[in-house]
Amino acid sequence: MRKNIILCGVGGQGTVLASRLISSAAMARRIPVLSAETIGMAQRGGSVFSHLRMGEGLYSPMIARHEADLMIAFEPGEAVRLLPFLKQDGRMIVSSRAVMPVTAALSGTGYRPEEMLAYLSSRVAGLTVVDAEKALQEVGSPKVLNLILLGAALRSGALGLDPEDLKQAVRRLIPEKFHELNFRALDYKA
Amino acid sequence: MHDEFLMGNEAIALGALAAGVNVVCGYPGTPSTEVLETVAKRRDGSVYVEWSVNEKVAMELAGGASYAGARALVTMKQMGLNVASDPLMCLEYIGVKGGLVVLVADDPGPISSQTEQDTRSFAAFSKVPLFDPSSAEEAYRMVQEAFDFSEKYRTPVFLRPTTRVSHGYASIRIRDPEEYTVHKPEGFEKDSSRWVIFPRLSFANHRRIEERNALLHDVFSDSPLNRIEQETGLPKDIRKGIAAGGFSYTYVMEARASLGALRTLKVSTPFPFPEKLAVTFLSGLDEVLCVEELDPYIEKELIYICGKYGLKTRILGKMTGHMPLSGENSRDSVQAAVAAFMNIHLPAEPAEEPPPLPVRPPVLCAGCPHRASFYAVKQAMKGQKTAFCGDIGCYTLGNAMPLDMVDTCLCMGAGLGIAQSLNRLEKDRSCFAFVGDSTFFASALPGVVNAVYNQAEFTLVVLDNSTTAMTGHQPHPGTGHTMMGEVVEKISIESILRGIGVSAVETVDPLDHALAVETVRKTAALPGVKAIIFRSPCVALFRSSAQVTIDPAACIGCKKCIREIGCPALSFRDGKAVVDAGQCNGCTLCKQLCPVKAITGGESHA
Repeated sequence: MRKNIILCGVGGQGTVLASRLISSAAMARRIPVLSAETIGMAQRGGSVFSHLRMGEGLYSPMIARHEADLMIAFEPGEAVRLLPFLKQDGRMIVSSRAVMPVTAALSGTGYRPEEMLAYLSSRVAGLTVVDAEKALQEVGSPKVLNLILLGAALRSGALGLDPEDLKQAVRRLIPEKFHELNFRALDYKA
Repeated sequence: MHDEFLMGNEAIALGALAAGVNVVCGYPGTPSTEVLETVAKRRDGSVYVEWSVNEKVAMELAGGASYAGARALVTMKQMGLNVASDPLMCLEYIGVKGGLVVLVADDPGPISSQTEQDTRSFAAFSKVPLFDPSSAEEAYRMVQEAFDFSEKYRTPVFLRPTTRVSHGYASIRIRDPEEYTVHKPEGFEKDSSRWVIFPRLSFANHRRIEERNALLHDVFSDSPLNRIEQETGLPKDIRKGIAAGGFSYTYVMEARASLGALRTLKVSTPFPFPEKLAVTFLSGLDEVLCVEELDPYIEKELIYICGKYGLKTRILGKMTGHMPLSGENSRDSVQAAVAAFMNIHLPAEPAEEPPPLPVRPPVLCAGCPHRASFYAVKQAMKGQKTAFCGDIGCYTLGNAMPLDMVDTCLCMGAGLGIAQSLNRLEKDRSCFAFVGDSTFFASALPGVVNAVYNQAEFTLVVLDNSTTAMTGHQPHPGTGHTMMGEVVEKISIESILRGIGVSAVETVDPLDHALAVETVRKTAALPGVKAIIFRSPCVALFRSSAQVTIDPAACIGCKKCIREIGCPALSFRDGKAVVDAGQCNGCTLCKQLCPVKAITGGESHA
């Protein structure tokens, strides 16, 4: 199995942990994994990404344009930014909730997430929009957007992993007191 | 042996431990920091590890350890090598006993650095051999080889990952701790003819170094680290090849897989260059494309070799306009360059016009005390002729609108010298130098001594958040603990400044806005060198759950809170300011400046 996955969002949204959970799950299945991500200054509220590649015979952890089988976008604007990396028939899971940059608050203009979502749905056949506001409220924590999106990716079939693979990864990487909450988020269906 | 999913920097650390490293020291700097942190986490009790006060001191410690026969690893980013260059240049002349590996992480882009300097060029300048890994796995093997090599040839050795190697992850097969090499330092032996650098010794050793490096051209030509990947499946008349090194090699191999496999030279030891191997590679080729980041290093070496051996191969790359002169390569940029080189036409990208995307420059975190410090100085100095000299760290982000409080930024500690000069040339300009607490210890002290001695006039502002924040929260002399886990006496910034003779030293909580403004006003008006220490811990380390709330009925929508401080937790919706509970840390700076007291809650500061 070969899979190219991009996770993207805004620094602080939890993309790195999500990427680590997928890697850990794939490793447990003895699938070789390469990945790369944004670290450093951009983590302070900037655009961030993780590239994650699974399979044999790969050289670079970086993904080229039109090469991603799956994109898990934590933010609609960031989904549009990295859309050129998605394959023509790739799957995309996107959170509906926008993170407004400080620049938007200053100029008073902001950007319109609905425009981004409309643009995505006109171009991505395999698009799943997750109503983040509602999902976070129903799961009962503002901190688990990453697991909710991973759950949606699992159910799309594009991740190539089973729910149990990811639950084992959660057990390995996350402190026990958060397991129950994370499992709930992973199993959440709108 | 077992498999682990490791970051390149973690792989380097575990490789060093597997090689029996005894001493690891360094100074934090993206993208090098995780190497030392991983050593600290994974070492057994016999390995000594420390964050040194700066890279020069770290290099000298590593040198001393090597003199005693220990295997030493010293870590830094490329900017740090500038600081450490004095001891390193001399160490190359003196030579080493225990293996000494100098880990310098370069940053093409640059992503989080001031320059795009290339440590391969520094290697050639300093005559120190350099290993250039193209993956985490290769870095793991290379660091082990580098220790043996260093001892065999009695020279420090560079290991130079770039950001994508340092921060890339891969599943790697590594040694178990029981399989680690055990290296026992023999101890220091007095021998002034060896350890004391004098012109006569330098003259003799200079010749020895040049002779050794000439030999290493051959050694590296025969090393499996450097290799030729043969052309396959291409028409016979294609007499073209690619030379690549570092992370760009992985881009080339991906392009080979999709475009066709040209003969490829992988350069893993750019200095000393594998000359004989390069001649073998070049023979029969009409054109070679060099794919590398930062300097046109391989390109120049190949041009030199063509001249030396009378080869007619045309060498293409950065200097011929076939590759970009600056910035990072990518899968797509290398694919496009290789395709063009092979006369393959890639399908044009369809023109897409997405809606305007949000711009996201990095910003100070919500509740960051630096925001309050900058805002206090800004308010206190309103209407006066000023210069705000910034420095390297999170607080460089004070340049962003609306704070706009960084007029200059050069390198660590430079703001002090710049401020002194700006005031000396314009006595009516009130000059400030901002440094963080870690930067204060690392590189501000000579600037303060200089200012007091030479009767300069400026205000030193120390932004003390009790950590090295930008690189991921490392301890330093002011934090009271070390990387070995010891609790130690905190070194007091106030005592140092008073000891040097700074006339006024004031400490204030920046989140008490009125008092902070008043302190700046009074202190800046004093003559000579004076200092303000804004002390408040980094919000990423000490998160508060006491968030502020905005009463929509009371908010008049004046936007003062948004316009003045640019906090990412504040936004404006339906004519009112709103606070994002997920981000707010309850610093209350917005609350303190709201003209109608619509904001309540948060931590108490005043």
